[in-house]
Amino acid sequence: MSTTAPPAALKGRLDAVGYGICFLGIVRRELLRFFNQKERFFSALVRPLVWLFIFAAGFRNTLGLSITPPYETYVLYEVYVVPGLAAMIQLFNGMQSSLSMVYDREVGSMRVLLTSPYPRWSLLFAKLAAGVAVSVIQVYAFLAVAAFFETDIPWRGYALALPAFLASGLMLGAIGLFLSSLVRQLENFASVMNFVIFPMFFASSALYPLWRVNESSATLYWICQANPFTHAVELVRFALYGAFNPLACAVVAGTGLAFFALAVAAYDPGRGLLARRGGPPGGAA
Amino acid sequence: MSADEAVPALAVEAVSHRFGARAALDGVSLTVPRGRFVALLGPNGAGKTTLFSVVTRLYANQHGRVALFGHDLRREPSRALARLGVVFQARTLDTDLSVRQNLLYHAALHGIARRAAEARIATLLDRVGLAERRDDRIRTLSGGQARRIEIARALIHAPDLLLLDEATVGLDLASRADIVAVVRALVREEGLSVLWATHIFDEVETTDRVVVLHQGRVVARGLAGALSEPSGSLETSFRRITAGTDAGRRVA
Repeated sequence: MSTTAPPAALKGRLDAVGYGICFLGIVRRELLRFFNQKERFFSALVRPLVWLFIFAAGFRNTLGLSITPPYETYVLYEVYVVPGLAAMIQLFNGMQSSLSMVYDREVGSMRVLLTSPYPRWSLLFAKLAAGVAVSVIQVYAFLAVAAFFETDIPWRGYALALPAFLASGLMLGAIGLFLSSLVRQLENFASVMNFVIFPMFFASSALYPLWRVNESSATLYWICQANPFTHAVELVRFALYGAFNPLACAVVAGTGLAFFALAVAAYDPGRGLLARRGGPPGGAA
Repeated sequence: MSADEAVPALAVEAVSHRFGARAALDGVSLTVPRGRFVALLGPNGAGKTTLFSVVTRLYANQHGRVALFGHDLRREPSRALARLGVVFQARTLDTDLSVRQNLLYHAALHGIARRAAEARIATLLDRVGLAERRDDRIRTLSGGQARRIEIARALIHAPDLLLLDEATVGLDLASRADIVAVVRALVREEGLSVLWATHIFDEVETTDRVVVLHQGRVVARGLAGALSEPSGSLETSFRRITAGTDAGRRVA
């Protein structure tokens, strides 16, 4: 506060230690917000559980599944659908994070984040990582409940899947981060939900194997193959059963990096979309 | 005075910014000397918030130069922003978190270790008279109390320059007076430099430096007392200047 001799500790640090403090502060804030909003936690759990116990139970006898990697035997539909539902949590969470970015921008708290002295890409990465931390908590809570219902995941699969969940969470969060830069008002976000979340989820291998899709429509099959969410689901599915899917890993990593780069460009104060698309968010000109 | 001390807290030089075809700022220049209170007067839509967005690097200036304590905002953004505290026009506290959690979050954004931050929070909450509300959620505070917390938050990293954008809008008279008093005490007692954007004339004292922004341009500047002449009322002078009858006037 003083211009003469402020205590050095209050001036913060612009080095790696300072950034570490900043990173942890951003993650901690998101976790606090998450745990303060208990209804958010339960609604995040209810959605996949409803799919698992109602939708999957209904399809169990109508949808036959052949033996496809990573499965080494015939599996129940409930078993097949669990990785897709876990990835669905991350998909919704990634989009919810971007929704909160739009909200933060509208109410102005995004400005507080962006006036931090650390590089903007590092702030956005911290925000992204915070969203992933929240989504991973939700995913494991879902897997814990699902474990009581013959989902047949080996114990070591839960640990092996953690890197896959981190990678898919980062990819989906980066997509959401980029989308948040395109959406100027919260009201417009509903259309993003309709045009992004539902197509990504349904045109993927989350609910049905792609060989099934190929039997009905080759075009739809290729759309599903081009959908990065399909690869996020497959990365998670393979990891849960102790296997590695290099194609899925490459697509997830590449898509995540590409969208993060786009988001950083979009939030760039000089070249970004925010600077060019109209007046300042959250305030009059 | 050393050469370093001669460098102003804030130097805005010929800054322009456009949103598409609309010029929000057109060749704006102003300085905030160290340890001084400068009032930025302008009607709604004058460009005050855009100027604050440029100075806080939400947007990069498209033309011109902005420097804080000699650090160019484009070339040394980290060093510049580390010395800047901001109270935005919009409420920016997280209403789901407590006062303490909000302040700790902001301290982390500036790389301040937790122990130092906790001590600083206690000091600042004392200063703004809200020490007893430390663990209350923001949503339980009144508008004036929340504003005082935002000022405490803006000071947590010991900035040398404080920007306040319409900080008293929507508050009752007593809350407004409290906030003005807190900020003026910081200037007087601790040498803080302040740029205070407002359209409320009561908040400006005759010895304050004033910059009048209108339609994205600086149309007058000088000491408030001098600008008030000949009517003796700053408000009357302001109305005349922003009506275009005295555009470009330079006082003092």
